[in-house]
Amino acid sequence: MSDRSERTPDDGAGDRGLPGSGLVKGLAVTLKTMTRRSTTQQYPDVAPELPPRSRGVIALLEENCTVCMLCARECPDWCIYIDSHKEEVAVPGAARPRQRNVLDRFDIDFSLCMYCGICVEVCPFDALYWSPEFEYAEYDIKDLLHDKDHLGQWMDTVPPPPAHDPNGEPAKEETSAARKAAVPAARPTTPAVRREPGTPGEAAT
Amino acid sequence: MPLWLELLIRVGGVLVAFLTLPLLVGQAEHKVMAHMQGRLGPMYAGAFHGWAQLVADGIKFVQKEDVTPRDADRPVFRLAPAVALVPYLLVLLVIPLGPGDLVGQPLDVGLFFVLAVVGVGVLAVLMSAWASANKYSLLGGLRGAAQLLGYELPLVLAAASVAMAAGTLSLSGIVEAWRPWWLLWQAPAMIIFFVAGLAEIRRPPFDMPVADSELVFGYMTEYTGLRFAFFLLAEYVGIVVIAALTTVLFLGGWHGPFADGQLGWLWTLLKVFAVAFVIIWLRVAYPRLREDQLQRLCWLVLVPASLAQLVLTAAVRVAL
Repeated sequence: MSDRSERTPDDGAGDRGLPGSGLVKGLAVTLKTMTRRSTTQQYPDVAPELPPRSRGVIALLEENCTVCMLCARECPDWCIYIDSHKEEVAVPGAARPRQRNVLDRFDIDFSLCMYCGICVEVCPFDALYWSPEFEYAEYDIKDLLHDKDHLGQWMDTVPPPPAHDPNGEPAKEETSAARKAAVPAARPTTPAVRREPGTPGEAAT
Repeated sequence: MPLWLELLIRVGGVLVAFLTLPLLVGQAEHKVMAHMQGRLGPMYAGAFHGWAQLVADGIKFVQKEDVTPRDADRPVFRLAPAVALVPYLLVLLVIPLGPGDLVGQPLDVGLFFVLAVVGVGVLAVLMSAWASANKYSLLGGLRGAAQLLGYELPLVLAAASVAMAAGTLSLSGIVEAWRPWWLLWQAPAMIIFFVAGLAEIRRPPFDMPVADSELVFGYMTEYTGLRFAFFLLAEYVGIVVIAALTTVLFLGGWHGPFADGQLGWLWTLLKVFAVAFVIIWLRVAYPRLREDQLQRLCWLVLVPASLAQLVLTAAVRVAL
């Protein structure tokens, strides 16, 4: 005990200048904090200001869904349940009636969901969105399974996408368009070939 | 004015001060500590910034069950909170608020009385610790006894210095004799008295006897309900008492920038609250002293320093 206490003042004097300056610094820190505004958010009384892209709940825009099942297959904890059936749409003048997928069930079990957002990322037709809405706690864990009507109601709370960060990388669409514009004659057939299979697919939905 | 009426007014005034000042200090502690930590503190009780938080706490404590442990020494256990509280009430009786007659009970040996009565606090700690029949209580109580007995010495020596300077033991007399340059002359004694006073009321950073992270709640572990509230109230009255004593002995009591005669009580109260703020501030800023550091600070720093201050005071008194 005695050697420790002999060492302590030396260390204090060697490292931090005047003895007791640490005590004054401690007092200064608390006093400075007192003059600043406190960081407390009075949540139930005042709604929190959530940043854009807050991962509150996943909203479903049903019209955009083509039942491609990508989200259900990519989901790490398999919490998305999709049922569908095919309907034939007879188009007058066409040789054969077209087929179209109709969504019967789209459920997300939020007791399993880990909010990774892979389903939102993977959806090719922008049917899934992040909503900052987070007040959907339930008394029974079974009630956390929300169906497509409930998920659709959350579409109203989806905020408009935030403006692009001027310091960030340009969007993928912009870079690819610029690349294509830079080499117009090199592979003129490529975009045409890509567009052909896309067009009937979109018409089928 | 008949004697009984004057007595009633004086005792009533002290009682009101005893019941309101600790609540003000306690509320200030809630809010100051919260804002120093970047929080808001109580916001709901009483609708406006939680001003009634301590009232709500009091109501809660009254509703709680008053548990006495089976192995406890019942009468001693039940008496201890009162023993902790009453000395501070008696101290408030002799602390002068303003010049002349503005004091609960003018006493020629006021300083002596105050120091003697504050010393009773150690008895409450030992009573509650031993009677609880709980090892944490006992550990806390023994730490408390060692701390209180140790810090009694620098407290008394620092007070003796100012009494020597003023040439009187009367608290009013000390304030009357006080001059602004005493702030410099008696500065070491003031710091020693303040630090030792903090240790006497077991406030952080000197809360080793309570040390809730290791001893549950020290000697208060087994207390519930109103008796526990009495201990907490004693802590806040202790802040008021130490702040008031520091004010009266070292900061010139009712001496202010102007109108000492009429506004003396205001200057005293302002100084008391300023010192109480510093006590709260120290609590927020500093971690708890370890037991050996605590004793080392007392015996190797404060006691020699207070003895040196006594020599200085004596020298200046003889020279003048």
